[in-house]
Amino acid sequence: MTQSAFIAAVLDPDAPIPMGLTDASDRPVAARFNVYRNNVAVSLKEALSSGFPAIKSLLGAAFFDAMTGVYLRAHPPKSPRLALYGETFPEFLAGFEPVRHLPYLPDVARLEYALRQSYHAADATVLTAEALQHPEAFTRPLRLAPSVFWIESASPVTQIHAAALGGSNPTGGAEDALITRAGFDPVATGFPPGTSAVLTALNAGTPLSEALNFAPGALDLSAFLCALLTGGALTLPQDTAHV
Amino acid sequence: MLDHRNNWRDTRHDTWRDTLPNGAGVGYKPQHFSNLVADKSPVEWLEIHAENYMGAGGRPLAQLRALSDLFPISVHGVGLSIGGEGRLDPDHLARLKHLLDWLQPARFSEHLAWSTHGGAFFNDLLPLPYTEATLTRVCAHINELQDRIGRQMLLENPSAYLAFSESTYAEVDFLREIAKRTGCGLLLDVNNVFVSATNLAFDPISYIDAFAHEAVGEIHLGGHDEDADETGAPLLIDSHGREVADPVWALYAHSLSVGGAKPTLIEWDTDVPEWKVLAAEADRAAALLHRVPA
Repeated sequence: MTQSAFIAAVLDPDAPIPMGLTDASDRPVAARFNVYRNNVAVSLKEALSSGFPAIKSLLGAAFFDAMTGVYLRAHPPKSPRLALYGETFPEFLAGFEPVRHLPYLPDVARLEYALRQSYHAADATVLTAEALQHPEAFTRPLRLAPSVFWIESASPVTQIHAAALGGSNPTGGAEDALITRAGFDPVATGFPPGTSAVLTALNAGTPLSEALNFAPGALDLSAFLCALLTGGALTLPQDTAHV
Repeated sequence: MLDHRNNWRDTRHDTWRDTLPNGAGVGYKPQHFSNLVADKSPVEWLEIHAENYMGAGGRPLAQLRALSDLFPISVHGVGLSIGGEGRLDPDHLARLKHLLDWLQPARFSEHLAWSTHGGAFFNDLLPLPYTEATLTRVCAHINELQDRIGRQMLLENPSAYLAFSESTYAEVDFLREIAKRTGCGLLLDVNNVFVSATNLAFDPISYIDAFAHEAVGEIHLGGHDEDADETGAPLLIDSHGREVADPVWALYAHSLSVGGAKPTLIEWDTDVPEWKVLAAEADRAAALLHRVPA
């Protein structure tokens, strides 16, 4: 029996049990084969459940379980690194008819995936608040730490994410979510739409003083700088050799 | 990825961490980090799953670096798909080599199983028929792997829920032949022997007696769940979610009497308990190990 035939039957609960399998004493093999079906589906659902807890909370455990059963069959992991499983989950959610009435879901999934990427990102020597006392820090090229990610959303995505995990109800509208990691635990902070232009400029080597010219009028600059510094988001170019 | 720390281990000259002691180890879970740092006893070594430490940084690697200063580490791969029909995933091989070069662990082990097909990874240890063709393929993959990582690997016996009519080798003979042809060592999972023996109706004692103990570099013990098939016959599931069952402890004691003391790991991967529960399991293994005549 080919492995293609075996895995096809594992992934399709309605498929007949492949021929040529035995328990060595002529007992039926369906329950035994179903162990593999169950192991594959349950373990991949668990990976998605631990990777997208806010999506699970927003949709409910039963719906999430059924939906991830569809997803894992259409998009099984491409690598044994399950920490990165679900990269295509936001796009899947955007096209999954039963959740089309929840247009913010894909962005919440993008946020959860970015939090995971940040958690596993390379460490870096970051600029401290003291370093920013030097005027030179504003005029020399900086880089964003490998743990920094951002998401531009038409929804208050950080607030929806927090509310799904037990926070208060979201208010407001579109935002750019900044993900930073001071130490080991990533956090997401919402800023006005357009803030990501500053991050893009910084990452391209534009000095801070010039990059801030890209800031939208609604951005609270001191809160933004504070989030960058306390989040360990800024590094010097030589510390970004991992890129 | 980890390049900036490539030479971290090269500065060490002590060798205690290069060998697993014939004592008890546990599969490392991050929730036990502070317990292990505060008081190692009765744990003498740790095992980690390779795939959980293939990120570029952050807490997982920081904890691993700290733990490897305290314990010999065994790296256990769960995703290489050594029994796969296709070639070994070159990207995954490269990530594995990178981790092993960085960590310089005492051991590396993988499974007699497949988990990847057609570029997709299914996160389960799927079974192989034991034929001449699969023997040739598995040996080729192990040779390629050992050449790539520059060290011997240990190959673990799987837990089986069913068998293939086309098999021409008994599992113990298949494993012995792989070890002979490739020079790899073996990892004897005693719970897997018990699970397979129950599910496939063979005698676990005879299996242990026939095993190539001279090639064994590590033993695994873990808990299983009890289910039933359509006829009501017991169907055991290798779940790693509870204490090691009493008949598995008895089989382990028998294995020690046949093959001698070996580094022995307690695996507990789902519904992970508080530290003292896991430590009690390690204590039980250590007590049996210390009774083995040197």
